[in-house]
Amino acid sequence: MAKPDPLFIYATRLGDDSLILGQRLSEWCGHAPTIEVDLSLANVALDLIGQATHFLGFAGKIEGRNRDADALAFRRDVLDFGNCLLVEQPNGDFAQTTARQFLFSTYQELLLDKLAGSTCEDLAAIAAKAVKEVAYHRKLASDWVVRLGDGTEESKTRMAAGLDWMWRFVDELFEVDDVESKLAKEGIAVDRSALRAAWDARIDAVLAEATLERPAARRPVLGGRRGHHSEHLGHILSEMQFLQRAYPGATW
Amino acid sequence: MVKGVNHANPSPLPHGRERGGGEGGRLPELAVSPPLTLPSPPHGGEGDVARLHAILLKIPDPEIPAVSITDLGIVRAVHEDRVVITPTYTGCPATLHIEQSIRRALDAAGFAQVRIETALAPPWTTDWISDEGREQLRAYGIAPPPKGAERASLRNETHAQCPRCGSMNTEEISRFGSTPCKALWRCNACAEPFDRFKCH
Repeated sequence: MAKPDPLFIYATRLGDDSLILGQRLSEWCGHAPTIEVDLSLANVALDLIGQATHFLGFAGKIEGRNRDADALAFRRDVLDFGNCLLVEQPNGDFAQTTARQFLFSTYQELLLDKLAGSTCEDLAAIAAKAVKEVAYHRKLASDWVVRLGDGTEESKTRMAAGLDWMWRFVDELFEVDDVESKLAKEGIAVDRSALRAAWDARIDAVLAEATLERPAARRPVLGGRRGHHSEHLGHILSEMQFLQRAYPGATW
Repeated sequence: MVKGVNHANPSPLPHGRERGGGEGGRLPELAVSPPLTLPSPPHGGEGDVARLHAILLKIPDPEIPAVSITDLGIVRAVHEDRVVITPTYTGCPATLHIEQSIRRALDAAGFAQVRIETALAPPWTTDWISDEGREQLRAYGIAPPPKGAERASLRNETHAQCPRCGSMNTEEISRFGSTPCKALWRCNACAEPFDRFKCH
């Protein structure tokens, strides 16, 4: 079988990040600490799933094998997912979810801001639209990091623990492999590694306001982009894909 | 549709004044568009474009039925053979519903051959909401977004005016409300909660 088009791989990575995080956040629906938080997380999830629909729809078009966004979301298995490991991590408590959102949205806003200038018109259009929404996600998550970090002893402990749990998955966000470096040279993809300095600065500024220490450097865990996932992704997919697996092609 | 008659004369919407005739107001309905339930053979050309505009102006947003999809800036362009729309938020669940509403209205008016296209770029902004749309939002109980989405950014939040009592003594309860496009606010003067259309 021919190797997949690099642009297909790149677009599915972008879409899978949004899809898996959107699915994860949806798990909060009806369980969040307050109705306002419940609504917020559901709204963020909705934005992310909207992004995923566009990225995966584009990926399917590039692939040319008649797979639409739904087919790619519901009928691929774990090894074919190219999301980063951060987004598939468990929700934990609200602080842990907040930590994941804060780290990811800060990264995603920087990424999409650059991707809006991509030479690929489709990717640029999706990014330009999505980045406006992600700015809200980043703001929401940052506000909660400050509120919990600079809150009670209990909330501070939990916020610090949440960040500590998620921190080992940060380096993967800025990892560039051959597929992406080639696309980046063509002006299609964003060179993720170039986003790190700006990301560090933004993260540090919020942590300072939250009176939180930056977590100690950890040995990075990598592999999500190549389909080497944690055990969590399989569980997410088993729930997310159940209906299409049990009743292939079901519509309503 | 008669092809080749003054074809593809794009009539970029915004906002307001190009609704044809009238002094900035709505068209008298019968002046341009025939009753929607009685499809008549389209004639092609600019007359069609004007009729399409008139049809679209009557299609309400499914989440905020007080405002039409045209006034919300969802309709981006109208050509004699196609209508271009743009989603408000990427994940807005109303997007498909809106497309179906347009399809039904076009079919009912004899425009079955007019295509509906979706364009993501340039991205939708609340600056495209017409003045009429803003007033309709306010009357419906939703504080309209300030103009100048670029300036009134997240960092520079302006206070919303209470759509009920007009007070500026208001505060945000939650940045995310009942739909992606709205935030939840509260008026400290009349103590009523209200939705605010997010500046976007």
